[in-house]
Amino acid sequence: MIKTFKNGIINENPTFMQLLGMCPTLAVTTSLANGIGMGLSVTFVLTLSNILVSMLRKLIPSKIRIAAYVVIIATFVTVVDLILKAYIPALSQSLGLFIPLIVVNCIILARAEAFSSKNGVAKSAVDGIGMGLGFTIALSIISAIREILGNGTILGMSVGISTPATIMLLPPGGFLTLGLLLGIINVIKNRKGER
Amino acid sequence: MPALIGLALTSIFVQNFVLVKFLGICPFLGVSKKLDTAIGMGMAVTFVMTLASIMTWLCQKFILVPLNIEYMQTIAFIVIIAALVQFVEMFLQKSIPSLYSSLGIYLPLITTNCAVLGVALLNVNSASVISSEGSYTLIETIVNGFSAGIGFMIAIVLFAGVRERLESSDIPKALQGMPIALISASLLAMAFLGFAGMSF
Repeated sequence: MIKTFKNGIINENPTFMQLLGMCPTLAVTTSLANGIGMGLSVTFVLTLSNILVSMLRKLIPSKIRIAAYVVIIATFVTVVDLILKAYIPALSQSLGLFIPLIVVNCIILARAEAFSSKNGVAKSAVDGIGMGLGFTIALSIISAIREILGNGTILGMSVGISTPATIMLLPPGGFLTLGLLLGIINVIKNRKGER
Repeated sequence: MPALIGLALTSIFVQNFVLVKFLGICPFLGVSKKLDTAIGMGMAVTFVMTLASIMTWLCQKFILVPLNIEYMQTIAFIVIIAALVQFVEMFLQKSIPSLYSSLGIYLPLITTNCAVLGVALLNVNSASVISSEGSYTLIETIVNGFSAGIGFMIAIVLFAGVRERLESSDIPKALQGMPIALISASLLAMAFLGFAGMSF
């Protein structure tokens, strides 16, 4: 159980190791609040869809399984969308189009196909939470870097950078941050391999 | 007419789906290793995007709005797109086998391309340019869907060209593969930033 959980956060981190779900990773990470909001929304959808897919795994015929998964995921995404609109309208506004687009986030479909359609309910739930938190952590790191460098703030509080580089908030900054982070991870991996 | 051309140019360059709006990044990074596969993917996406724009617009106008169930948008649209991709695949396989053999393998991937769902949602949620009230008209939807697809194709083809060159260049070990690809994408995005602020 713990291994499944840790797997999602570190060994198979969806963003840094598997490079899944790149669109929200790059698009919404302009501030830490957005990154965390997106990460938690995905965690919610991922956990619930993993549970439901796992419950229904013997009922769904394998030929139409992808369509069935997509409908299940879309249902939970609609739930999240409506909840955010009702209770956190500011976050819903700034994430905008990317809330409904959680439907086509490859992480969720990949976990449904690769994990919860083959494992029990409890294990699938843990896998969903682990993968979701891995995604949230990755998004938080990227968005913290971009917010500090691009806006000179962290969660809206100033960190004392007098001339922030706005380009970090623009699309090139997103690609650059992720590219360099992956490079750093590769360095760490290579070091570990040498030992 | 000028409004439509402006809309098309905006979708292709100023608001490029991949490099400015961050939609469709997965295929952009995944299928851009070779120039010819990138062209195939770009064509397939343009084709499906145009069709999907039309179908989802009709669904919104004639089913969701009259029944007052707009909150079903996400579910309805993704099902339409998935079904459409399946139909396009079967149709091409039967009637235009040559096109099918070149686009075939990319078609199933398009269902989970967020650019397609993204353009469908944008079409029904953006304010119209031509008529003063409501969202995009059908003709605007078609233009927007098609030019968003062209924008995707331009981005992925340019990027594939860059990546083919990267293959043969000397890159530090830690940056090989995806990291250097992302950094080049960053430079490409910076070029597209030059269009920002232009309005038609």
